[in-house]
Amino acid sequence: MPHIPLPAHLPGITGLLEYSKETAQPIRVLTQFLLRGESTLTPGERELIATIVSHQNECRFCTAAHTAAADLLIGNTETCEMMKQDVDTTPVSDKMKTLLKIAKQVQISGKAVSKEHIAAAKANGATDLEIHDTVLIAALFCLYNRYVDGMATVAPSEPQFYHGLGQRLVDNGYNRLPNGYDHLKQNQPS
Amino acid sequence: MAHISLPDESLPGIVGLFNFRPETAEPLRLLADTLLRGESTLTSGERELIAAYVSHLNNCHFCHTSHAAAAMAHLECDLSLIDDIKQDFKKIEITPKLRALLNIAAKVQKSGKDVRNEDVEAARAEGATDHEIHHSVLIAAAFSMFNRYVDGLGTWAPQENEAYREMGQRMAFQGYVRRDVVGS
Repeated sequence: MPHIPLPAHLPGITGLLEYSKETAQPIRVLTQFLLRGESTLTPGERELIATIVSHQNECRFCTAAHTAAADLLIGNTETCEMMKQDVDTTPVSDKMKTLLKIAKQVQISGKAVSKEHIAAAKANGATDLEIHDTVLIAALFCLYNRYVDGMATVAPSEPQFYHGLGQRLVDNGYNRLPNGYDHLKQNQPS
Repeated sequence: MAHISLPDESLPGIVGLFNFRPETAEPLRLLADTLLRGESTLTSGERELIAAYVSHLNNCHFCHTSHAAAAMAHLECDLSLIDDIKQDFKKIEITPKLRALLNIAAKVQKSGKDVRNEDVEAARAEGATDHEIHHSVLIAAAFSMFNRYVDGLGTWAPQENEAYREMGQRMAFQGYVRRDVVGS
């Protein structure tokens, strides 16, 4: 049960973003820009960064949601599963592997990112902007994961829920839906 | 030197990063301003103490010292009391409620999962409201982001507390949103 009363039809982060809309707004804008804005990294690649960090933080809700979004954007479910086991054997570019390794270091601590991690990324063609955005996406998911679990929000167990949420993230991104989320109430068991 | 080429290497910590990427700077500034200076039953001084404490636990010198300096400005304390934050608040007078909220923030710094019902109940027993518990968790989570951003890109930071005096006053009394950009 969450540590504070949250809307029952909105599990995980979704209820928190409705509970505190004023703080949600800049978080949504930042996420939309970092994950969907113009970039030389694809939205799928950026969702992989969100997924690996959430996985390392053992945040069930965020991991499942961003895995679902990444699966849809990439077009398969193997990439995420392989990445969670071993970045080196993941079917992504060598540049992407070095960026995912930087993200894993950021999850531990900002100070865990070494010159060698950065040099490896640059040697594989990563630009300063790509390195910057990778670090900031990883840091942002350290916020999300702590927010979601620190408030003890509910993580639904049905895979179907995350498939729907992943689809919403692909279709609508991270901005608040113009008409809010009351339409989701009908899906709740009474 | 930072891990990436910043347009102005003289700007320390997150300031140099804001200058590098204005598109992300704007929501990051607004988030800091809303959390630390927006409407809340926790004073800005109390919220800056939470930010400074989490940044200390994350060993992020720039964020720790700058937010500690902002807290000192709010609380009208001498800059020398900054180091008391690292000593678990032996000299700075804090309420039992804030102490309970700092305990929650320290758990969040490690992992969201470390926050136990007992931690939350202890804060409630000292009078903490839902909003105050929410805000403390989100400030701690946000600084787990800011600290990683600042250190993950290898930015530099002035060493001495004194170097943060003016910055702290600016953060406390002018805030985090660039008024020339926002236009107010």
